[in-house]
Amino acid sequence: MTTAVITQKLDARGLNCPMPIVKTAIAIKTMASGELLEVLATDPGAVKDFAAWSKSTGHPIVEQSTDEGVYRFVIEKK
Amino acid sequence: MTVTLEREAPVAAPVTPLPAPAVEPAKVEAPQTHDILIIAYSGELEKTWAAMLLASTAGAMGIKTKVFVTFWALQSFVKDSKRITGQNWMQKMLSLMQRPGISHRKLSKMNFFGMGPWMIGRLAKQYKDATPKELLEIAQTMGVEFIPCQMTMELYGLTRDDLIDGMAEPVGAATVIGLMNEGWSPLFI
Repeated sequence: MTTAVITQKLDARGLNCPMPIVKTAIAIKTMASGELLEVLATDPGAVKDFAAWSKSTGHPIVEQSTDEGVYRFVIEKK
Repeated sequence: MTVTLEREAPVAAPVTPLPAPAVEPAKVEAPQTHDILIIAYSGELEKTWAAMLLASTAGAMGIKTKVFVTFWALQSFVKDSKRITGQNWMQKMLSLMQRPGISHRKLSKMNFFGMGPWMIGRLAKQYKDATPKELLEIAQTMGVEFIPCQMTMELYGLTRDDLIDGMAEPVGAATVIGLMNEGWSPLFI
């Protein structure tokens, strides 16, 4: 678990590909380096898609979990 | 008389070892990205959708992306509000036969006078899928560059005012080939 405080939350539940990624990219643009973004998604492709997005953009996923079909990602703005 | 061709024995080229690649630890950490060039060619609903989906995703992934819009696809980039485009009667007839604008695309299969696209649209709404128009707008805000094809503009008799806002200066095939030659990954839809 990270001790840092989550700065912004994004609810992308119910949204389909590529909207969770697109909304995450929009949200991360408004944030400062080191701040944390929490994203909730239900798109089953999200786990692999967020990994690919993180690799491409360089914003690391510091935490991820799943709870009854809801995926939770905590992303740190690089 | 027969002529026999004699081949010269191949000369063994001197083997020079390649210099060992320089390892720069700072660069290993940086994400490796390639620029992407999408060639949007089709004006059909499903292919337009695919092109806009990939363009917006590439933009969201921070990848430098350009979309070269040519032939049938250019009709999708005419403002939705335009009904008849073109300078002469043939160009005007073409725009009447297929209404321009990204919201007026037809399916290549199961079109059934608009019933297919209508049902796909309803399903997309039900499943909260973004429409091609929404994806196009997202791609533009993500910095994806849309470049109209000069030749197609002339073929359809389109002006810059007919096209949606924010498009780049029209260019030709040489620019596209030039980008591929520079290493842009091409994708033809």
